[in-house]
Amino acid sequence: MNILIKTLGFSLALILTFTAVSYVLPQMKGEAPVEKEMDVGALTMDSFIAMGKDLYQGKGTCTLCHNQLGRAPDLLALNVEKTSLERLADSRYQGKAKNTEGYLRESMLEPNIYVVKGFGKKGTNDAESPMPAIDKPPAQLSQVEIDAIIAFLQHKDGNKVTVALPTKTSLPAAAEEKTAPAKPALAQSPEEAIAKFGCAACHSILKTESTVGPNLNDVGKRLSIAQIRESIIAPGTVIAEGYPPIMPDLSEKMTTKELEIMAQFLAQQKTKTQP
Amino acid sequence: MKSVLYFPLLWTWRRVLLVLMTAIIGLGAGGFPFTASAADPAQEQQITAADSGGITGETKASLILAPKLKRADYPNIGVSSRAIVWVVAQMHLFFGALVLAVPIFVLVIEFIGFKTNDDRYDDMAHEFMKISLTAYAITALFGGTLALSLFLLYPDFMNYMMRVFGSQMLVYAVLFFLESMLLYIYYYGWNALRYGNSKWVHLTLGLLLNAVGTTLLVVANSWTTFMMAPSGVDSAGAVIGNIWEIMKGPLWNPLNLHRFIANVAFGGAVVGAYAAFKFLCAKTAADKAHYDWMGYTSNFIAILAFLPLPFAGYWLMAEIYAYSQQMGILAMGGILAWLFVIQAVLICTILFAGNYYLWSGMARTEGSERYQWLIKYIAVVLVFGFLVWVTPHNVIFTTNEIAKLGGGHHPVLGPLGIMPAKNIAVFLMLIFTFLSFQIYRRADKVITVSWQAWGNTLMAAIYIVACANVIFAGVYYGYFTNTVYKVGSSVMQVASTLAVIVAGSVIDTLMFKGAKTLPSSWGKVSDRSQYALFALPVAFTWLMALMGYVRSSVRTHWHVYTVMKDNSPDNFIPTLATVGNTVTFATVLFLIFLLFIFWIANLSGIKQKPPVSAGKIVPAESAA
Repeated sequence: MNILIKTLGFSLALILTFTAVSYVLPQMKGEAPVEKEMDVGALTMDSFIAMGKDLYQGKGTCTLCHNQLGRAPDLLALNVEKTSLERLADSRYQGKAKNTEGYLRESMLEPNIYVVKGFGKKGTNDAESPMPAIDKPPAQLSQVEIDAIIAFLQHKDGNKVTVALPTKTSLPAAAEEKTAPAKPALAQSPEEAIAKFGCAACHSILKTESTVGPNLNDVGKRLSIAQIRESIIAPGTVIAEGYPPIMPDLSEKMTTKELEIMAQFLAQQKTKTQP
Repeated sequence: MKSVLYFPLLWTWRRVLLVLMTAIIGLGAGGFPFTASAADPAQEQQITAADSGGITGETKASLILAPKLKRADYPNIGVSSRAIVWVVAQMHLFFGALVLAVPIFVLVIEFIGFKTNDDRYDDMAHEFMKISLTAYAITALFGGTLALSLFLLYPDFMNYMMRVFGSQMLVYAVLFFLESMLLYIYYYGWNALRYGNSKWVHLTLGLLLNAVGTTLLVVANSWTTFMMAPSGVDSAGAVIGNIWEIMKGPLWNPLNLHRFIANVAFGGAVVGAYAAFKFLCAKTAADKAHYDWMGYTSNFIAILAFLPLPFAGYWLMAEIYAYSQQMGILAMGGILAWLFVIQAVLICTILFAGNYYLWSGMARTEGSERYQWLIKYIAVVLVFGFLVWVTPHNVIFTTNEIAKLGGGHHPVLGPLGIMPAKNIAVFLMLIFTFLSFQIYRRADKVITVSWQAWGNTLMAAIYIVACANVIFAGVYYGYFTNTVYKVGSSVMQVASTLAVIVAGSVIDTLMFKGAKTLPSSWGKVSDRSQYALFALPVAFTWLMALMGYVRSSVRTHWHVYTVMKDNSPDNFIPTLATVGNTVTFATVLFLIFLLFIFWIANLSGIKQKPPVSAGKIVPAESAA
């Protein structure tokens, strides 16, 4: 019992020491970004700029990289107007922006268009930026929020703010953006359509193999294009022999264009194995 | 034509199957339970529509997006859901790590015993397994509790995960059954399959047990890494890849390696504490000798696995940076960066304890006197390394303090606060810990090879060049080049440290050929040294919980990073004190369970003496 108490006491003392270290360090709480309601009527340019500053330091997570540690250009330390114009004049610049506002917006939405020398991803020779598109997760800023950050960056050096205050007509889109579930993008090619509708989960197609459903690599030899269309939108009509009736009805999931892309592609699949 | 009844019936059976699977998985290792609820009615409708098509779970998942939850979608039981899941998951991970790790080194020890015909190894390996077996039941209990907690507190998140991983869960359940069967056969068949060809059968069972155990580990890891860096789904969370694409995210392999090595180190440390406990309780010299040797072996395993752990950690962190620079910076330079100061205290505790135990153990042989002069230098490096490591880059200053300092950083100590300085400290500490290990191994040897002077000179030169390289790379890349090259410097430092470890092991192996071995007095080691064996698992446990929290917290307010937002009331990063309290609670709980396991393991070796009646021994049943 004596040894039990001693070992337990020693272990607890050590554990409490570690706990004490966590108490003497700075106590900070990292709040998740809160979506704020925007009262457009009460919005002034000053409050819009202040909102941009909050977003720059908070939800936008810009200061994680854009700081004095040199991982990304320190936007607070340089004159954004002057620097933007220099970069627009750089021979490496291939974007479409014509002024500071356009350059800043482009940099946030498509960071790979122009990567400042020395700040590209390692091994890409400054062709690829480590910065994520700011309108996509995790930051996922709305157009209005991006405008607010541009306003803040223009204003901080005393330069003219060129972005316009949001209007009531610009807000519904932003609000919809927050609440409506995102829809998958429309497939533009057979490969995209196959990936989008998960065909390869059951069928052998492209480079994947599956024996749950019939092999689609030679479906063009077995079925006409009309039959292929029917199989996709009404799969229960004819069930391929030896296979379970588990094909989902995609008629309400697919657009006409996607159906046509798939049907045309499958009609051309006439060899059993893919090259 | 399809029957109208067919699909509801199918759906019912599928639900029953999934619930059963969930129960199994939960009991096994805290898998993801199934729930049919969906937060968004539109999504529910979509599920129903898909059902009418009679499609498989996997294809169905491909059409459904990650739910967008509101705060009201999370059940509120009046206590922080995150705190409950955090502690229970941590307990499950502690025991899971132990249960999966112990059979790995037990198999190696058993094999050594078999090849050397030394029964001591076999007995020790069997005794280690006794701990693993008891811990297995507790792992399952916490796994079940975790599954239940997740099912109750995060139903929509679990629903989504079930849809994404689908039938992989069934594979996990099958693996769990296999693991259970193999574990029991391996343990209870030990003496029945102890010698000759039967031993090969037993070793094969051990190998299978480890293969299944490691597969369980990597399968469960895929859930974790999917949450951190999702793959096989589109930006809205709809499944667009097969299960292999979902599992094989960018962080999966780095985490697999890191957890595998860490588990072995953790397992070694825990069984070391068991040996220390038994040593302290031992009454006879023979028992003391046995448990001293057992403690030494455990420490050897723990430290040997611990040395390459930082390299696996670097790989994991490098991949995190490559996947998302924001995520990497948040961990290493953002709000979570302060946790690495606590990490420094913990790792240094492990290094101090490991080194102290080795130095104390050198007293077992007289030959150690030749090397004891080195200990004070090793101690100096460890202490200075620790001081550099815990130096913060900046702290919260008052205006007066900033004015006095002349800036936000201390003019002299400020440069020691950044990563390059800490890397130098860490790698030098690792190199000098290996030196402790090397002199310990040499303590009972009298080297007889003709080239020993050359060998020693070469070894010393390797140490000097490696230390110089570690310091140069850290200073040059850390302070005189762009930030992006700082990470690159660690490659040189890792290579230098590994070169010492590999070269030291090879040179010693060659030099020990024909060496005379001096007698070692097992059991003649101070009681104080045994407390170092307690410090190891305590620090390891705290460290494991802390780093697990960091890894999980880099997702910030996302259940599945960039795909499914966490809108629960606990979607914030708590203060360090809250983290410290929770980690401490989990560690103390684990310690209590661990002592229970030690007690149970001890109890199984105790036999009650038959009662004596009038000078005649009577069977216990009759006496009762």
